[in-house]
Amino acid sequence: MTVRELFIQATYLAASVLFILGLRSLTRPDRARRGMNQAALGMLLAIIGTLVNHEIVRYDWIIAGLVLGSVIGYPLGMYVPMTAMPQRIAISHMFGALAATLVGIAEYYTEMKHGTVAGPKMAALGFEVLFGALTVSGSFMAFGKLQEFITGRPVTYRAQNAMNIGLFVLIVLIFVFLIFRPEYPVLFYGMVLLSFAFGFLLVLPIGGADMPVVISLMNSYAGLASAATGFAIGNNVLIIAGALDGASGFILSIVMSRAMNRSFANILFGAFGTAGGTASTKTAAGLSVREISIEDAAIQLAYAQRVIVVPGYGMAVAQAQHQVRELADLVEKNGGEVKYAIHPVAGRMPGHMNVLLAEANIPYDKLKEMEEVNGEFAQTDVALVIGANDVVNPAARTDPSSPIFGMPILNVDHARHIIVLKRSMNTGFAGIENELFYDSKTSMLFGDAKSSLTKLVAEVKNV
Amino acid sequence: MSGTIIIELYVFVLAGFIGFLVITRVPPLLHTPLMSATNAISAISLVGSLVAAGSDRNSVSTILGVIAVTAATINVVGGFLITDRMLRMFKRDDAPREKKP
Repeated sequence: MTVRELFIQATYLAASVLFILGLRSLTRPDRARRGMNQAALGMLLAIIGTLVNHEIVRYDWIIAGLVLGSVIGYPLGMYVPMTAMPQRIAISHMFGALAATLVGIAEYYTEMKHGTVAGPKMAALGFEVLFGALTVSGSFMAFGKLQEFITGRPVTYRAQNAMNIGLFVLIVLIFVFLIFRPEYPVLFYGMVLLSFAFGFLLVLPIGGADMPVVISLMNSYAGLASAATGFAIGNNVLIIAGALDGASGFILSIVMSRAMNRSFANILFGAFGTAGGTASTKTAAGLSVREISIEDAAIQLAYAQRVIVVPGYGMAVAQAQHQVRELADLVEKNGGEVKYAIHPVAGRMPGHMNVLLAEANIPYDKLKEMEEVNGEFAQTDVALVIGANDVVNPAARTDPSSPIFGMPILNVDHARHIIVLKRSMNTGFAGIENELFYDSKTSMLFGDAKSSLTKLVAEVKNV
Repeated sequence: MSGTIIIELYVFVLAGFIGFLVITRVPPLLHTPLMSATNAISAISLVGSLVAAGSDRNSVSTILGVIAVTAATINVVGGFLITDRMLRMFKRDDAPREKKP
């Protein structure tokens, strides 16, 4: 082993260790930043190590790519608003998977020029382009749905699942055939195209509220594509980083689907929300809601000792997190205590609400997880529900015929008073009525969350 | 060849195991930064893209390699920056704490 090779391997080893340390730092919010700087240093070392690799003979194209990538990456890192974070994360999975897929294709093309591809390498390349292509199109669909240039409603048609499963089986068959007979480029490129199409079709029937699972799953697949790249080119740091990413995405997917009390298969093939409420036995007939005026709501909040804010996707859409903070400050100034109850699947990606509330300078020790806060609703004077619906629907506990029955929810209905900020009486994503809104303890404050909160803040000041 | 691939499989499985142990301890509070961080880290596939783009093997490899380098660099630069931007926002409630001795 030459000195140069030793140096390269040393940078890779250092990068692997720094990556693991960086992820470990995320278990502690106060140490996370320093840890991520270490991970970034690891990345820099690995890049430097690679650039001195003797295989690399031309630098002009590399520099062009690095510069162009930095020019695009910098604004994506610095200027994308926190409210656009779900689509930002989705598109970054696309870029990562795209890189892996293209490297896989280039590798196959180059090897075939010099003869053939050995079985193990073909298997690695196959996994790489399969996961890669699927993630490119799947993440693009997720991006489109979150950015809302593709409809966020589930798109379904007849025999959809049968077609998707058939397509998947076909892709696997081609893949297995290629491992033994890699000399059919048309099959290889066909497999890439089919995987690409499969990614689109897989995400097409999945609606907006299930996006946390899709994003986590794509996170995992992008990682596995990177790991497969590592197998294909024999590079351990790629295998390690890919395995870490794959594990992370997988764990998040499990956490998300558990929080919805649904299986993976149900999310991917269930096309939730298409039932359109037919499955639900409870309807709004004969029930009436109680509206509350801004003044009355302000009085309740001004004299409340314990307040729990329950944010949902509606808060993100209205970008109302700063007004939430202003209101909470006022309640605290009046001697009250404010906590925030965060449901794992509130919003469109794992941790969505936490990021938005942190952006509004709300200290993270006030952001409570569901298990932690659920027992406290009974002692709560006012539960303020802002744009959340299905995650506070008591039907999940009480109505076995409800599509969300069994899903763990925030026990908002245990609070003494409940104020729900909501645009209108439209049903939530699951298309089912929410009994909470008809509860005698509940008052509804209709309107855009941001303007309602602004008025509330002004009114609480006057109380 | 087969020996190498066995070692690589060991590396993959053990790294996945470490990932599982570490990441299950990340609080839901930081799940979004976790996602952007793992995304930035897995852009290490830049290493493979650099070799494809710079080894002057054939024009197909170079062109695909350069696009891959660009895509991976977007994730390295953008991913680490946005993770840091998010983590910077997470603050503890220090004010009342300071009053207590």
